[in-house]
Amino acid sequence: METYTLIVLLLAATIRVATPLLLAALAGMFSERSGVIALGLEGMMLGAAFTSASVAAVSGSAWLGLGAGVATGMALALLLAFACVTHRGNQVVAGMALNIMVAGLGPALALAWFDLGGQTPQLEGPGQRFLALTWPWAAAADKVPFPGRLYSQLLSGHNLIVYLAAVLVPLSAWLLYRTRFGLRLRAVGENPSAVDTAGISVTRLRYQAVLISGVLCGVAGTYLSTAASAGFVRDMTAGKGYLALAALIFGKWKPYPTLGACLLFAFTDALATRLQGVDLPLVGVIPVQFILALPYVLTVLLLAGFVGTAVPPAAIGVPYAKEK
Amino acid sequence: MVEEINSLPPALELRGIDKRFGAVHANRDLSFAVAAGTVHGVIGENGAGKSTLMNIIYGFHRADAGEIRVHGKPVEIHSPQDAIAAGIGMVHQHFMLVENFTVLENIVLGVEGGPRLAGGLASARAGLEQLARDYGLDVPLDTVVSELPVGLQQRVEILKALHRGADLLILDEPTAVLTPQEADQLFKMLGRLRAQGKTVILVTHKLREIMAVTDRVTVMRQGAVVAEVATRATSSRDLAEKMVGRAVLLQVEKGPAQPGATLLTVRDLEVTDRLGVPRVKGVSFTLRAGEIVGLAGVAGNGQSELLEALAGIRAPSRGEIVLGGRDLVREGLDPRARRHLGLAHVPEDRLRMGVVTGFSAQDNAILGYHDLPAYQRGGLLNRAAILGGCERKMAAYDVRPPNPHLRIAAFSGGNQQKLVLAREIDSDPRVLLVGQPTRGVDIGAIEFIHQKLVALRDAGKALLLVSVELDEILGLADRILVMNAGEIVGELARAEATEEKIGLMMAGVKGEGRA
Amino acid sequence: MSPPAKLPRWAELGLLPAINLIAALLLSGAIIRLIGESPWAALKLMADGAFGSQESIGYTFYYATNFIFTGLAVAVAYHAGLFNIGAEGQAYIGGLGTGLVCLWLGAWPFWAVLPLAILAGALFGAAWAFIPAWLQARRGSHIVITTIMFNFIASALMTWLLVNVLIRPGQQSPETREFAPNAFMPGLHTLLGKIGIPFTSTPLNLAFLLALAAAALVWVLLWRTRWGYALRVAGRNPAAAVYAGIRPPRVTLGAMLLSGALAGSLGLNELMGSQHRILLDFPGGAGFVGIAVALMGRNQPVGIFLAAVLFGALVQGGSQLSFDMPHVNRDMVVVIQGLVILLCGAMENVFRGPLSRLFAGKTRSPKSEIRNDGGPDA
Repeated sequence: METYTLIVLLLAATIRVATPLLLAALAGMFSERSGVIALGLEGMMLGAAFTSASVAAVSGSAWLGLGAGVATGMALALLLAFACVTHRGNQVVAGMALNIMVAGLGPALALAWFDLGGQTPQLEGPGQRFLALTWPWAAAADKVPFPGRLYSQLLSGHNLIVYLAAVLVPLSAWLLYRTRFGLRLRAVGENPSAVDTAGISVTRLRYQAVLISGVLCGVAGTYLSTAASAGFVRDMTAGKGYLALAALIFGKWKPYPTLGACLLFAFTDALATRLQGVDLPLVGVIPVQFILALPYVLTVLLLAGFVGTAVPPAAIGVPYAKEK
Repeated sequence: MVEEINSLPPALELRGIDKRFGAVHANRDLSFAVAAGTVHGVIGENGAGKSTLMNIIYGFHRADAGEIRVHGKPVEIHSPQDAIAAGIGMVHQHFMLVENFTVLENIVLGVEGGPRLAGGLASARAGLEQLARDYGLDVPLDTVVSELPVGLQQRVEILKALHRGADLLILDEPTAVLTPQEADQLFKMLGRLRAQGKTVILVTHKLREIMAVTDRVTVMRQGAVVAEVATRATSSRDLAEKMVGRAVLLQVEKGPAQPGATLLTVRDLEVTDRLGVPRVKGVSFTLRAGEIVGLAGVAGNGQSELLEALAGIRAPSRGEIVLGGRDLVREGLDPRARRHLGLAHVPEDRLRMGVVTGFSAQDNAILGYHDLPAYQRGGLLNRAAILGGCERKMAAYDVRPPNPHLRIAAFSGGNQQKLVLAREIDSDPRVLLVGQPTRGVDIGAIEFIHQKLVALRDAGKALLLVSVELDEILGLADRILVMNAGEIVGELARAEATEEKIGLMMAGVKGEGRA
Repeated sequence: MSPPAKLPRWAELGLLPAINLIAALLLSGAIIRLIGESPWAALKLMADGAFGSQESIGYTFYYATNFIFTGLAVAVAYHAGLFNIGAEGQAYIGGLGTGLVCLWLGAWPFWAVLPLAILAGALFGAAWAFIPAWLQARRGSHIVITTIMFNFIASALMTWLLVNVLIRPGQQSPETREFAPNAFMPGLHTLLGKIGIPFTSTPLNLAFLLALAAAALVWVLLWRTRWGYALRVAGRNPAAAVYAGIRPPRVTLGAMLLSGALAGSLGLNELMGSQHRILLDFPGGAGFVGIAVALMGRNQPVGIFLAAVLFGALVQGGSQLSFDMPHVNRDMVVVIQGLVILLCGAMENVFRGPLSRLFAGKTRSPKSEIRNDGGPDA
């Protein structure tokens, strides 16, 4: 009984941790499937986290915050596309540069505008945050441990962005495999010459893909600062952009496996929090750092071909030039 | 049929097309017309400007000046999309296919017929089945492209163009990757296309293909049109002279070979590719001092793999390579160790393998020889010796400009090749492996390189010459081995070799010289 | 024409980076203006803060020392065709090696501790680079991704070690006890004092000279030895390397070991020279700045030195700036670093195009400007 509730709570925590990861990983999927390395996820998310919290604080509206976050994600995505697609710059360097720049820019602007030591004001007012939505009869269902508590704790009680992320997985899969846009997107990441000779603009497709990636990172960043917490703090993405990239690789650049990877990584995170300092029978205290490092170790093992294989899109990282 | 053609406006007409790339004048005021319902050949040497012209017609490059007319109407082609809209289809030398897509997905890419795929795929399938019946172009629509043989992939490209409503089909060097049989099938297919009223432009540097299938031919040289004739009113020799711009020296000046001792022995050599498919199947032959052995064959029949196995770049799965009493295979010697034993190698693809384009000439002049004692001093590289060595090689091989500090990319193909040759010969090897020595090299340098190769032979070296240019093999070799599908199918002494005999062997007909 | 046009050497190595840098500084100025401060005043404050006194110069070069090590690390890998994003983690683990030697052998005389500390830093850093290198060479795992992952793994490992194992008993903050004074890197002011040159006491220490020696060593290794030649061939053209009898996988391993060893030397400056203990996150992003330094310095040792001094000046000048301008904090320096990386590394083609057209217009078709490898029909 007690264990059961613990597990339900653990799973609910997993969903909360997985949400920004999933949004960023899907963002990475669109970018990388088009052939553009998604190293800028961290920066796009962090930038969006800053502007959404700022706008929500000033305007009092979480929705305006979301709009600002998405707009920021798109603006940074445009910058990336300008550097990598239009000017065929090094995609790894561009992503790293963006991450570093935004890591400084957020706190620098926050200090100048709010004078709170590099944070944005606490979001306390009504409507400034995306709060948990309670589904109908959740309170009643909670009294019935099984399956009622699954409903009340696991399905109900999350904020809107969590549900949005859940819907985005089938939507992305549909877009990628069932539409004209998806066909072209997958093609441009494999062989941009084929797309170009078919009369489709490689540049335009890649801009679209990177922009979608910016939108999704914008939502992910908004989640971090206006849903998961109440404001922007320095470095609040804490490597989630890179973890999302790892999840994307672990999910072999496919929507559903990527969802699985995000849930797995989020679960290890939730577990680490839960197991902090807990003396387990037989094993003793598992250092929390080891559990937190697990996703990275798993990804390295996958890349090394020890756990399955990960074949990236063939044209990834290669700027397209018309010459052969 | 001819009268009917003349009454129609040309399917494609080029007027004064001009294009420069920096200092290179790739297309000079080109004008010619392609009559509807014909197969029109465009022939020229490497670098004559054929590909640039085709890229202009297909919208990859913009011409600096000139006009393109399709069926009498001027068109502006700024992108492949415009070309497709004008009814132009192109089959590139390197196929433009998405390897992990199915044939059907590849064909509909760009003409999906709506934002949702399902409907578009279904209607495309019906249309394609009709097209396949009309032109005899059977392809399994649901197979992933990477699983198809090259000949079928090319067919996918043709279907792709027809599905887009192409009325004028351009094929750029379509036989480079085909076996002779596949090439013949392709030519038959082109005949069917012509019979159905399509117009075909065949871009090639191979005279045989022009003579075999075209109605008219345009000859290009150094970016300009130098002749346009009806195919039946010309001959191979005539076209060759027009391509080159003077009487072709088909015979390289050389005396009879005086073969000496056997220097290299290859026995039962087998080379497999990464997928485990055998590319060289149990090949045996010898190279003797003072002879040039030519290895002829259609590209892709195992010559490249054989050459790389001899050089130590690929590990054979079986067999022996004996040089100076040592079995290079069993000892597992790498290219460096083989060079020390006197086995030098001019690779087939100079830019891919023979030079480092970002390096200066002098740094390229020691590639593969960078650990020779002559280039070391006190554990460090002896820059003075490297510079001096490069200057010496440049002088001896007339490399222009004779500037060792210049990046190798700044030299013309011919001068790069001369430097590579100088580097490989400088160590005084016993055996020289030469792959495509004149690919992408201008006429002047070709003659120079050929003379050097003959001089090496006369100095008692053994040379193995791999070339897809039959003329080069016939001009240089003293003995000719013909490869087909990974096997040596015949051996001919130069005196008994004719283009016809070799051609038959290249097609897989076994020669009498061997069993 | 699609391949980026070629520029004269001086423009490639000097003018283009200068233009990129100026563009980055202009953008930074715009951001400072956005914040409501005067960019010009900020620039003056930063320049003064970085070079205005012996003390500020000392600090500038002290920071630069870290960046020389990590910049060289990135450059060595770059010449072998590898993108080492993992200098941060390698510096972290390398510092652990240096720190352990200092903790355990602190009672030994300095001349005995120093070589062991150098060796341990290099070995630990190299070891941390070896795993991604091996995975790239033998299993084809993309080294950009694996080195990123290894940064996180290094961070987790170090946190665990400092929190649970190496922590000074009876202390809350996760750091070790202080090294014995024998294991302190002598300050440069002490060394200068011995030869009669007075210099203010700053964290600038002997490690700066070691960094310069490392730069010289890298230059000799890469451009004056067979090994370096082979490394550069394999980095530029792996097929040509195989043709020349060079084994690219072996080059990958060798280059990454050297790269990791260079990054791992950061602890000599940061730990032995200044902190005198192992503490959380002591590389402080120097591994990432190393990418910028290498890019900016065109992967040449002299360029890396200059770029490292520039970034050292940014850090030192930036901290001065945050003292004097209430609305500017040290994060501004991170912004400028990011902008410099972006403009010098990822957007250099933006200015390369117009610049090369300018040169092409001036010097019409000299032979040396013609590229034959990307030309038509090539």
